[in-house]
Amino acid sequence: MKAQHDAEQFLYRQADLLDAKRWKDWIDLFTPDGVYWMPPDASYKTWDGQPAIFAEDRNLMQVRMGRVLHPDAWSQRPQWGTNHVVSNVVIDKAAKNGDLTVRSRFHMMEMRRDDIRHFAGQYTHHLKNTRAGYRIKLQRVDMTNAQAAYDYVLQVWV
Amino acid sequence: MLQERIPDLAKMVEPDRVRKEVYTDAEIFELEMARIHETVWIYVGHESQVPKAGDYYTAQVGRQPMLMVRGKDGKVHVLYNRCPHRGNMMVGDRHGNCGEQFRCSYHAWQFHHDGRLKQIPMMESGYAGTRVDKDSPELSMKPAPRVESYRGFVFASLAKDGPGLKEFLGKAIVAFDDMCDRAPAGEVEVVPNCFRVIQHSNWKLFMENQIDALHPSVTHQSTGRAAHEVEKQIAKKAKAGEALSYHMLSAFATVTIDKWDNFQTINYPYGHCILTGYMGLRPQDPDTLAYDKLMIKAYGKKRFEEIVGVNIHHVLVYPGLSVQSPLQQLRAVRPLGVDRTLTEIWHFRLKGAPEAIYRRSLAYYNLVNSPATLINADDLENFWKCHQGLSSDGGDWVSFARHHGHDIEKDGEVSSAPNQGTSEAPMRNQMKAWARYMQGGA
Repeated sequence: MKAQHDAEQFLYRQADLLDAKRWKDWIDLFTPDGVYWMPPDASYKTWDGQPAIFAEDRNLMQVRMGRVLHPDAWSQRPQWGTNHVVSNVVIDKAAKNGDLTVRSRFHMMEMRRDDIRHFAGQYTHHLKNTRAGYRIKLQRVDMTNAQAAYDYVLQVWV
Repeated sequence: MLQERIPDLAKMVEPDRVRKEVYTDAEIFELEMARIHETVWIYVGHESQVPKAGDYYTAQVGRQPMLMVRGKDGKVHVLYNRCPHRGNMMVGDRHGNCGEQFRCSYHAWQFHHDGRLKQIPMMESGYAGTRVDKDSPELSMKPAPRVESYRGFVFASLAKDGPGLKEFLGKAIVAFDDMCDRAPAGEVEVVPNCFRVIQHSNWKLFMENQIDALHPSVTHQSTGRAAHEVEKQIAKKAKAGEALSYHMLSAFATVTIDKWDNFQTINYPYGHCILTGYMGLRPQDPDTLAYDKLMIKAYGKKRFEEIVGVNIHHVLVYPGLSVQSPLQQLRAVRPLGVDRTLTEIWHFRLKGAPEAIYRRSLAYYNLVNSPATLINADDLENFWKCHQGLSSDGGDWVSFARHHGHDIEKDGEVSSAPNQGTSEAPMRNQMKAWARYMQGGA
């Protein structure tokens, strides 16, 4: 029960940080070797050596953050925002040391300029139980619309 | 009507400027689909997308839904994705395997892989005495009038006549030679699957932007600078070559706007163009050296030096293909409407090359070309803004005057002059080809 509650709170906070555009705090949720991965479709077993929509370690996350925060990131100029809803949280695996594998569903609405877009799918979080709380070893994002043509692109993490 | 509003298509294109309607007028779009995209050689796909008999892959050629299919005899056919009975699309998936034959989902008419009619249910009782005869060509799935393949890259032309593929490609054929020659086995295969991104603008803006040497340090400075910061941090502790993927990004910023004049564009008939290379992709790390060794074994030292010495960043095959041969990437442009354009972005694996070399170009594919791209996001923003501005009455012309009159013309090729790499020669050359096509010139 406690693990379920803690995992849910963690996932909600993760989504909160994205919606609040607190990029650095969000990146700090990852372990030093943590990876954010969005495969092109659900059949992929690993991000390593494969085409990926996102396959970012902390270094690449830094690049993306640096870009987004740069005053001349032109596509960031129009007003934009996101709203995540995270639900259906299931603990698939709980190790003795407290590490968890957690699946959940997300729905993100994005407003950019005058356009509204919707992205939805499944998160799989490999969470490491650390003294400072959970840290993300792998955040896998299987987006239901991953295979459709992208009308415009994804600029930050979903 | 078009004729009243625009009396002379020729007057829309001047040597150093172009009317804005060329990018925004829906009737001009229809006309250029008919006279350009549905006439010239358009890239359909790579043979390795359909390795087994019955494998098919759909692709749009101009406005036409086509499919590429592998026959039992190993031949690749390109057909209209349409059943001749009631016009139903034959396959509804983007790709798959049709089995022994195509079978229409509406009334079960069946067709061989080359499009010939195979069977109609209860044909003899249903069609006795009618005009329907198994052998009449109008009862076949219609094939593209012309299909040719070069080193595995399949092109179709929807016009019966015109120059052959090799003649059409001319020196732009180096796109495919350069890509395949870099494989120790001399050929490439696709890495499934392609990324697909839609831009909210006319297709020509994409083709112009691909070899626009002036834009990267402006458009992409945010990513370039952010990547350069991280690259510097990594370089401090990593071994040589490890920070290469960051260099691919940082080159956009570290090559400042004035430096881009050092590069060169070479422009060919039919609107094709080459932009020479700039990224310095030949580090002397162990992975590269292992690759070099395999290449020398396959080709000999002299030929190897020639192959890796080819200095290309992009090759444009007008009107619908952008090839980055040294990184094995290819973007096919599929116009959806006057203000909407789909690009299919493919990555290829060099057959016989070490895994590390594949991963190097994969990093570029993921970083620059994925739907979460750190680069093209800002291009797409510009494309949309261009379309908005061009649709306004704030002006009538688009300017391509940079270094106009200073290019070097020789034997039908137009090169930017030394230290004038940012010449808008490629745009002028594309529009020259466009005007000729639009006035009915092949």
